[in-house]
Amino acid sequence: MMRVAYWPGCVSRGFTPELHGSMAKVAPLLDIELVELDRACCTGAGVIAEHNQELADTLNARTFALAQQVEGAEMMMNICSTCQGAQSECQERLDASAEYRAHVNETIAGEGLAYEKGLANKNFLWLLVEEIGLEELRSRVKRPLTNLKVGPFYGCYIVRPRNRLGIDAEHPRDHYLHDVIEALGGSVIEYAGVRKCCGFPIITMNKEASLKQAGRHLGDAVDAEADCLVTPCPLCHLNLDLQQPLAERAVGRQLQMPVLHLPQLVGLALGLEPKELGLTRHVVRPAAVIDWSTSVVGAAAA
Amino acid sequence: MADTHRPPEEFTLRMLRYDPESGEAPYWDEHTITLEPHRSVLEGILQARARFDGSIGIRCSCRAAICGSCGVRINGEPGLACHTHLDHARDSATDGVIEIEPMGNMPVIKDLIVDMDAVHWKKVQRVTPWLIAKQPVPEREYLASHESMVDITQTMACIQCGACVSDCLAMEVDPGFIGPAALAKAYRFVGDPRDAEHDARLRDLAHDPQGIYDCTHCFKCVEACPKDVNPMGQIMRLRRIAGSDFKIVDKNNGERHEAAFTTLVRDHGLLWEAELLPRSYGGNSRWGKFSPRAGKELISSLPAILKALARGKVTAMGALKPHKIPKRDLESVRSIYDRIEGREERYELNLYVTGHDEEEPTAAAGAGSAGSAPTTTSTEGSPG
Repeated sequence: MMRVAYWPGCVSRGFTPELHGSMAKVAPLLDIELVELDRACCTGAGVIAEHNQELADTLNARTFALAQQVEGAEMMMNICSTCQGAQSECQERLDASAEYRAHVNETIAGEGLAYEKGLANKNFLWLLVEEIGLEELRSRVKRPLTNLKVGPFYGCYIVRPRNRLGIDAEHPRDHYLHDVIEALGGSVIEYAGVRKCCGFPIITMNKEASLKQAGRHLGDAVDAEADCLVTPCPLCHLNLDLQQPLAERAVGRQLQMPVLHLPQLVGLALGLEPKELGLTRHVVRPAAVIDWSTSVVGAAAA
Repeated sequence: MADTHRPPEEFTLRMLRYDPESGEAPYWDEHTITLEPHRSVLEGILQARARFDGSIGIRCSCRAAICGSCGVRINGEPGLACHTHLDHARDSATDGVIEIEPMGNMPVIKDLIVDMDAVHWKKVQRVTPWLIAKQPVPEREYLASHESMVDITQTMACIQCGACVSDCLAMEVDPGFIGPAALAKAYRFVGDPRDAEHDARLRDLAHDPQGIYDCTHCFKCVEACPKDVNPMGQIMRLRRIAGSDFKIVDKNNGERHEAAFTTLVRDHGLLWEAELLPRSYGGNSRWGKFSPRAGKELISSLPAILKALARGKVTAMGALKPHKIPKRDLESVRSIYDRIEGREERYELNLYVTGHDEEEPTAAAGAGSAGSAPTTTSTEGSPG
């Protein structure tokens, strides 16, 4: 059993509750014990850092310190690419300078908290590959995703910048989604949008450009004959699934591309039912669109 | 430096060839060249041109990563051909063949040469890329703090190669976006205390629908830049200065979105999406959602909202009620806000200036490191 300090983020408890729910269902099947950081606040998603860098760094240092207080926890885990990116950015500054860290710690000292350099903070995707391992994951698969053609959609915050996110030849984290899909028995579909931006960050500023981004990537996946996409980022999910009807209008074509959260895809292969993973709650319902008849998952999803 | 003594090896280059004047479609062309592995991709291209095909089009000059002429895409990633080793390029190729394409987001003139005038230079011109001196002009030199000048050296390091423009994902769907290189150049003057027009520059870039708030925050330019200019980081600083120091409330909802986000996290500890969207359009208060701008947006988003409600993805109660953290923790979060927002000057660590302190071995200390003291961004000279 692996114990982690678990940061679910805001959106997984707001507009994509099926993400938080499916993670809770999948964790025991992988022997992960989730200790939820229910006292921590929003990472700021890059927006608070845009407003005031020290504020974002301090709010996240508080979260890191709370995670370091969780007894027996091996690391902190998140289920949101954007949280990962926003936290990694703050952590980079905090870890780079002892003087700055001391300055930030002074602000949270009143609560009896202090961040110590070097917290391991991993997205569920990284944890799957680096801590559980692809072999172990493969051995736990009950219903291989045979013949399911899955397009990976990483989300910007979890693949760039490479240095900050620890992506190198030994840790090809920008390829893990491909590896996980294969370990679960599915087929990886390559298409232009794999590591591009879903457009969500500018949805309130330039809606047309934002929806065009989402629509273009979904369209590329349709053209590459993907059955569905999978993403470790709930914000990408909002633009790719919730906004898909509007994205269809923006690019002038029908898309009907289901988008799964990473824990949902893992859960399906580990034998959970689509309904308990919240798949029926998506705007584009995977069960209604995917030709499950050729897939082993078919019987369960019908 | 054992690498430099490695014997020449064969490398295969696959180049995308295209001559718009020929009327033919673009095609792939392969040549195998022989060079030491530490030599550059540019040297490989030049050898292919000299030995096999004199018509290969490539623009280059200094061959030392300073003139910015030879920007291309190597194995799909933007960079300088003269700044990429052949062996590294082969390692990152999918099939052992080094794939070279012209940069993206700009029209191709021939083969690997793109039209920088049509896109990149026009955008740079757009941001008034020269200093507008404060009046009266002093008799002797202007006095500027050392700190502020070191701060803008990061944007001055730009060599105008266009690598960031090539891969800008906002520009891909919105070609009119001013873009990373030009906006980094804009910061070079907004961050310069000798410039007289900070306010006008920021107002212009904030209100332009294709200005600072059109950046999708995708980090592509950060990754593409061979000189560590961090264009996206500079755009975020322009937003910060425009919103916080100059109080510019732009018509693109940029400042409102940022203010609403920051306030909602202060009030609830967590984000409340159902409230964030209307406030971003209508204004940063609980009344924001009743503004005509928010109403118009609500109507255009109605199909998505109704679908989400029908699916049980979002419940009406869930949307109307924020999720919160415990009261005691919320008080801690608010005290962090009060303390930091109450500072007279923003306290901002710039790793480009300070470097990573503990990674340097002690032997290297004093070798040009600027130390670890965080820089403060002065808000001096701002209105209000």
